[in-house]
Amino acid sequence: MCQVCARDITDTFMVERETALLKKIDINVAESEKRSGKNTVNMQETYTVYLIEIRPANAAEGGLPVGDSPWRRYSEFELLRTYLLVTYPFVVIPPLPEKRAEFVWHKLSADNLDPDFVERRRLGLENFLIRVASHSVLSKDKIFYQFLTEEKGWREAVLETGFQDKADSRLKSLSATLRVKNPDKSFTDLKQYSDELNSAISHLLRVRAKVADRMYGVYKVHGNYGRIFSEWSAIEKEMGDGLQSAGHHMDTHSASVDDILEEEEHYADQLKEYLFYTDALRSVCRKHELIQYELEMAVLDLASKKQQREELTTGAVRVFSLKGMSSKLFGQESPEQRESRLAALQQSIQASEDAVLDKNQECREFMRMSWEEVKRFKEQKDRELREALISYAIMQISMCKKVGDNMGTATCDPHHVTRTM
Amino acid sequence: MIVGAPRGLQPVNGTTHPLSAVQETLSPVPDVTASCHIPNSSSSSSGGGGGDKEVVLTNGKPIETSSPASASSLLNRLQLDDDLEADTLDLYASTETRDLFVTVDDPKKHVSTMETYITYRVSTKTSRIEFDLPEYNLRRRYQDFDWLRMKLEDSQPTHLIPPLPEKFVMKGVVDRFSEEFVETRMKALDKFLKRVADHPVLSFNPHLNAFLTAKDLNKRQGLALLTKVGESVKQAAGGYKLRARPPEYCVMGEYLDTFNQKLGTMDRIAQRILKEQTEYLVELREYGSVYAGWAGSEDALTRPLEGVAGCVSTCCGAMEDLSEGMSQELLPVLREYVLYIESMKNVLKKRDQSQAEYEGRLEAAVIRKQEEKTPVPVEVEKCQDRVECFNADLKADWERWQSNKRQDFRQLLTSMADKNINYFEKCQSAWESLVSQLQDDQAENTNETNCD
Repeated sequence: MCQVCARDITDTFMVERETALLKKIDINVAESEKRSGKNTVNMQETYTVYLIEIRPANAAEGGLPVGDSPWRRYSEFELLRTYLLVTYPFVVIPPLPEKRAEFVWHKLSADNLDPDFVERRRLGLENFLIRVASHSVLSKDKIFYQFLTEEKGWREAVLETGFQDKADSRLKSLSATLRVKNPDKSFTDLKQYSDELNSAISHLLRVRAKVADRMYGVYKVHGNYGRIFSEWSAIEKEMGDGLQSAGHHMDTHSASVDDILEEEEHYADQLKEYLFYTDALRSVCRKHELIQYELEMAVLDLASKKQQREELTTGAVRVFSLKGMSSKLFGQESPEQRESRLAALQQSIQASEDAVLDKNQECREFMRMSWEEVKRFKEQKDRELREALISYAIMQISMCKKVGDNMGTATCDPHHVTRTM
Repeated sequence: MIVGAPRGLQPVNGTTHPLSAVQETLSPVPDVTASCHIPNSSSSSSGGGGGDKEVVLTNGKPIETSSPASASSLLNRLQLDDDLEADTLDLYASTETRDLFVTVDDPKKHVSTMETYITYRVSTKTSRIEFDLPEYNLRRRYQDFDWLRMKLEDSQPTHLIPPLPEKFVMKGVVDRFSEEFVETRMKALDKFLKRVADHPVLSFNPHLNAFLTAKDLNKRQGLALLTKVGESVKQAAGGYKLRARPPEYCVMGEYLDTFNQKLGTMDRIAQRILKEQTEYLVELREYGSVYAGWAGSEDALTRPLEGVAGCVSTCCGAMEDLSEGMSQELLPVLREYVLYIESMKNVLKKRDQSQAEYEGRLEAAVIRKQEEKTPVPVEVEKCQDRVECFNADLKADWERWQSNKRQDFRQLLTSMADKNINYFEKCQSAWESLVSQLQDDQAENTNETNCD
C-alpha cells in the first residue's frame, strides 16, 4: 500500500507543482473564542477555539465563504498535523505554534488564556494552514480540505484513515535502537545540521528573553526619574517648568519599552517557527533511517535464507546449527523431508527477494522525494530567515529613532526645558 | 598681599527674597557695594578703603553700581529673545572682564619612600594687582586644597565655601590611583577652585592668593589674617540661643532639607540605572555571540547573522560609553551638591548664632540702659553690624548658589539627554548600514539568478 501511495504521490508531485490549493482559496483564521466543556476525563475545562474561514481567492471583497467555517481548537490542529506527519513522511511538515508559552521574559504571561498569547497563536495557526495549503503535495490531501471546511465528522474521518496504526508501528520501531550499517552521508549531515539549528535558535531565544528582561528593568527605573523631577519641581521657582517637562519625557521614555518588546515578540515567533521546523527535519531523517534499516534487515534476511538453502543442498554445515547437530546425533532426515523443506525455503527466498527489491525501490523513492523537499525547505528557510533578520534590523532602527526623538525633544523642545530652567 | 574690600555687603533692609526669580523692579541686588559699617576693617590697608561711604575697589576703580541690575534685566530681555547664551552669564559676576582664571589639570603620581600621592597642576592667569605676576604654574595635592578650604571657612565664615570632593575613600573599595577616580577628583577640584575664583569676596582672600602663588604653603602657621567679622563670628560660639529666626532663613533651611532629600533619591536612582545597564550589557554580549555562533553552521545566512552579531556588538560598545559618561558626569554633580547643602546649612547655623549673640547682648544692654541710663554700648552696635553683614553676605551667596545650581543642573540634564541620544544614534546607524548592506546583497543575488 505504501508503494502505491508513493507512486501516486510522485506523479502528482512532479506534474502539478503549480496548482497548489492556496492559489484557489484564501485561508483565514479569523477569530478566537473561549468555550467551556467537559473534557475526556469528564472534567470542566475552558479552552479556546479558532474560526477557520475559506474564501475563493479571486472573489471580490466579501466573497462567500466556502464550507462550514468550522471552529477548531488547538488539539484538533495537533491531530491534523500528526496525520500529515504519518501520511507524508518524506515531507518537511510545517510546525504548529507552541503548545505552551516558552522563552518568556518575566512580564510576558505564560498563561495560555492570556489574550496576547491567544492572538499570537491565532496568527501562528493561520500561518500553519497557509503553509500546508501552499505545499504541492499536502494541499491535495482530502482530510486537510475536510479540516478546513467540515464542522462535523472530521474527527471520525481522520481516525478512519487508520493513520494511528501506522504511527504506533513507527513509534515501536523507533524506540528500538536503530543501528544502520551504511548510513547515507547527506542524511547524517542533515540530521547534524538540524541539531545545530535547533541548538542555535533555542539558545538565541533563551538569551533574548534575558535581554528583554534586563532592558525592561533599565527603562522602568528611568521612570523613577519622572517622579523625582516632578517632586523636585515643586520646590523650585525658576526651574520648575523645566523639571516638569524633563519628568514627562522620562515617563514617556520609560513607558516606551512595552511597545518595543511587544514588537520583538513577533520576531521571536518567527524564530520559534524555525525551531519547531527542526523537529520536522529530524522526523524526515528518522523515517529515512527506518527505511534504510528495514532494507538492511531485508537484505540480511535474504542472505541468511540463501545460506540455509546452500546448507540444505550441499549438506555442508558451515555454521553450527541445532538442526545440524541433531541430524548428526539422531541421524539425517529423509530425502522427502529435505525436498519439502527446500521447496518451502525456495518460496521464502523468492518472497525475500521481492521484498528486497521493493524496499530498495521504496528507499530510493523516499530519498529522492525527501531530498527535493529538503532542498525546497532550505531555500525557504534561507529566504525567510534573511527577511526576518532584515525586519528585525529595521525594527531596531525605528525603535532607536522613536526613543532618540523623545530624548531630543527633551533637550531642545525648542530649548523649552533648558530655557525655562 | 592686599585684601580687596569686601564687596557683597548691603543693608539688611531692601533685600530681594532669596528664592525669587529675577525681579522686574530691581531693588539693589548683591554686588552693589552700598555702604556698610565696618570699622577698623583690616581690608582697607590701602588708604581710603575702609569705613568710607564711597564705593571703590582697592585698586581705585569705581564699581559699576548699575552692573547687577543691568545684568539681570539683560537676562530678562535675552530670555524673551530666546538667546541661550545669556543663560550662561553668571548673574552675579561683575560684567567687567573677569580678571582671574584658574585651571586644575595634568595629574601626576608621586612615589616616595613614605607615601604615594597625586599632584595636580594649578595654573593661574590674572591681571589683578594683588598678584605679583600675571601667570603662575605650580603643583598641588588634595591636602593643599583641603587646607585652602579650611582657611577660607575660618576666615570667611559668613560666606558659603564651595565643597571639595570627598576626602576619604575606602582603600579596599576604590582605587585611589585609577584613571577614572583621579579624573573625577581632578574635575571636582577644578570646579572648586573656579567657583572660589569667581566669587567676588572669596577670590580676594589671601589664602587663595597663597595657594595660587606660593612655592610652599606654610600650612602649619597659616596666615594670620582674619577679617574682623571672621574673628567675631568665631568668638560667638554658643552661649546664645536664637529666639526667632526670620522666615526667609527658615524657608532657606527647609528648601535645603528637601533638596537634599531629592538629591539623595536621584543618586540612588542613578546608581540603580547603572547597575541595570551593566547587567543588560552582560546579556546583550551573549546575545551577539549566539548570532555569531549560529552563522558558523549556515551558508546563505552567514552574512546576515554575522551582520546582526556586529550590530549588537556595536550597541554594547555604545551602552558602555553611556554608562561611563553617566558615572563620570552625573554622580559627581549630585554628590557635590549634597556637600554644598551641608556647607550652606553650616553657614545658616553660624548666621543664627551671630543673630542670637546680637539679640542677647542687645537685651542685656537695654536692661542696663533702663537701669543705669547708660547708652547702648559700641559692642552691641558692632554686633548689629555683624549680623547685618552676615545676612547680606549670606543672601548674596544664596542667590549666587541658586544661579549656579540652575546652570549646573540645566547643563547636567542636557548633557545626560545628549549622551542618551548619542547612544541611540550610534545604534541606529549600525543597524541602518546593516540593512543597506543586506539589501544590496539581495539585489545582487536576484541579479545573478536573473542572469542565469
